[in-house]
Amino acid sequence: MSVAEPLPAEPTAVPTRRRAAGEDRQGSRFVRIAVLVIVILWIIPTLGVLITSFRPKALVDSTGWWTVFTDPFQAAGWTLENYGLALDQGGLGNAFLNSLAVAIPATVIPIAIAAFAAYAFSWMDFRGRYVMFVAVVGLLVVPLQMALIPILRLYNSGASIGRLIVFPDLDLVGEFLGVWLAHTAFGLPLAIYLLRNYIGSLPSSIIESAKIDGADHFTIFWRLIIPLSVPALAAFAIFQFLWVWNDLLVAYVFLGGTQQNRVLTIALANLVGSRGVDWHLLTAAAFISMGLPLIVFFALQKYFVRGLTAGAVKG
Amino acid sequence: VRTSNDDVGGAVGVVQEPPPTGPQTVVVSILRVVGAIAIPIVGFVILWLSYDFLRDADANRFLRVGVAIVVGVGGVFFLYWGMNRVIDFLPARYRESVRPYIFVGPALVILAVFLIYPVINTILVSLKDSLGQEYIGLDNYRFVFTNEGMLRSIRNTFGWIVIVPLLGVSIGLAFATLADRLRRGEAVAKSMIFLPMAISFAGASITWRLIFSFRPQGFGTNIGLLNGIMLGLGQDPVSWLDVKPWNNLFLIVIMVWMQTGFAMVVLSAAIKAIPDEILEAARIDGASELQVFRRIIVPSILPTIAVVTTYMVINAMKVFDIVFVMGSPETRGTEVIAERMIDWFFISNHDGRGAAIAVILFLAVIPVMVVNIRRFREEEAIR
Repeated sequence: MSVAEPLPAEPTAVPTRRRAAGEDRQGSRFVRIAVLVIVILWIIPTLGVLITSFRPKALVDSTGWWTVFTDPFQAAGWTLENYGLALDQGGLGNAFLNSLAVAIPATVIPIAIAAFAAYAFSWMDFRGRYVMFVAVVGLLVVPLQMALIPILRLYNSGASIGRLIVFPDLDLVGEFLGVWLAHTAFGLPLAIYLLRNYIGSLPSSIIESAKIDGADHFTIFWRLIIPLSVPALAAFAIFQFLWVWNDLLVAYVFLGGTQQNRVLTIALANLVGSRGVDWHLLTAAAFISMGLPLIVFFALQKYFVRGLTAGAVKG
Repeated sequence: VRTSNDDVGGAVGVVQEPPPTGPQTVVVSILRVVGAIAIPIVGFVILWLSYDFLRDADANRFLRVGVAIVVGVGGVFFLYWGMNRVIDFLPARYRESVRPYIFVGPALVILAVFLIYPVINTILVSLKDSLGQEYIGLDNYRFVFTNEGMLRSIRNTFGWIVIVPLLGVSIGLAFATLADRLRRGEAVAKSMIFLPMAISFAGASITWRLIFSFRPQGFGTNIGLLNGIMLGLGQDPVSWLDVKPWNNLFLIVIMVWMQTGFAMVVLSAAIKAIPDEILEAARIDGASELQVFRRIIVPSILPTIAVVTTYMVINAMKVFDIVFVMGSPETRGTEVIAERMIDWFFISNHDGRGAAIAVILFLAVIPVMVVNIRRFREEEAIR
């Protein structure tokens, strides 16, 4: 019995597998069609903006963008004029620079601060280490909307208890530094949490041997931990960069909507308000604002996905 | 970790320099002291000068932005480096007990000033009048739960936090499962779904305004996609964003469009982590693909589904930009809680009410987050 049993199993297994392969072929057609339908649905909105942004104003106003599919060599042709117009009239050129000046430091600063803290939480011994770490993670709860007004007040007039000045009046409203600090604070809890998970899971043997070789904490951190943590740092960097670049609220509150200071998202929102029917202009403006994040995203997608899954799935 | 830290003391003991002798070493240590003090001071002066330069509105645009970036990025590294130098100058006994606080200190200070203080402050302001001066008890909270626009915003937000995760997670899950079976093009298909994640809410709003665009008769051709379809079907064009209460749903669709990619990527990673043998075994036992999906895939990624759902619930709870940029929430009846808060703070200028709304938002997020953090810690314990 025990010898005979495997024998009949063989022939039945083969047809099952063959049947599965047949189903697979039929099934894979369904899969491909379903995937294609969802993908098309998902890119239609962006496609509409992209096509519209290259059409001349007269055409944009008189026919829907989808008509280019039946008439790809439309009479009035294609144009790049909208982009020039948006950069110039829409003030997007200046806003683009401001966005850069906000986004790059607002990405690097929280990462640096979080990396130092994460290293200390993982590899240094000090009183209150665990309590502090739990408190930091607990701050993930605070919605940033809640913090906006008190910070704005601090920036405007400082804070004091009686005559003791606790926080000096730095007049940071409308300053890049003010936005950097705000974005840093809002990004820190998640950054510390993610980086501690990563840095804490590095093998302790390498850190031990560096210590025996006479390296102090700063050297270990700088020469050893940072190079080893590049994947985690990159993942969070992309996340934070996209977040800051696409943020409207924090920039609006702390930097303001003036012509000189405003970032891309605010310039876009203003355009919608003031020239909401000039679709040729709006779509070009929208694409200018999407350009850099899309490049960053596609170039570093691998890290981004890894970072997201590291944060949300964990193992 | 504990054993490693016990070793720290030993390692430091080994490293310690021999006690200094002779006048030469005195000069060296004086130089070291001077250096330790001078370097940070010079650094701060440079930072301060460049910071002043940033305030100079007449300065060249490009230069200003360039300096801003260099100062911001360089400043933070300089801060740690300088502090570390100062620590080195402390007596050796104290160095290593102070150093950890140099590493975590800046993070804790920033968090205390920018997150902990604001929470306390907002709670206090929510009990005060429109200028944030006199205490008026719970009036602001009474307002939140009686004002018509506020009640509508709470109802609408409930719609957001139910529909956004529901659609986002189910489409994301379906797509992740399907794309997993593609022989080719999985990466491309996934990045197409994921692409809207990289777009700002402001950009997305323009994108979708173009889709919902409506022109009444006599105001030109309808160039919005939806109305193009309506005309193609022989129907009258519709002013989509003014159709109450469905306009809420149209706004929700925008967020679903943006967030599904996130759900899809995370769920896809979880699906790929299911061991192939389990799936194969089920298939060989004659389970249909649907059964494999329902009985194996879904149960094994349930924890991930829960995490993604919480993340999307919190995001939906805090939604502001979409409603704000799409315009006229009050006349269209599309108010949401976070949008009301900004409105009361900045447009209607009533700090107390704005703060009360913020506190309610905070209280609403806490239970979701607590569940989430507890989950994280359980997983941590398992690992």
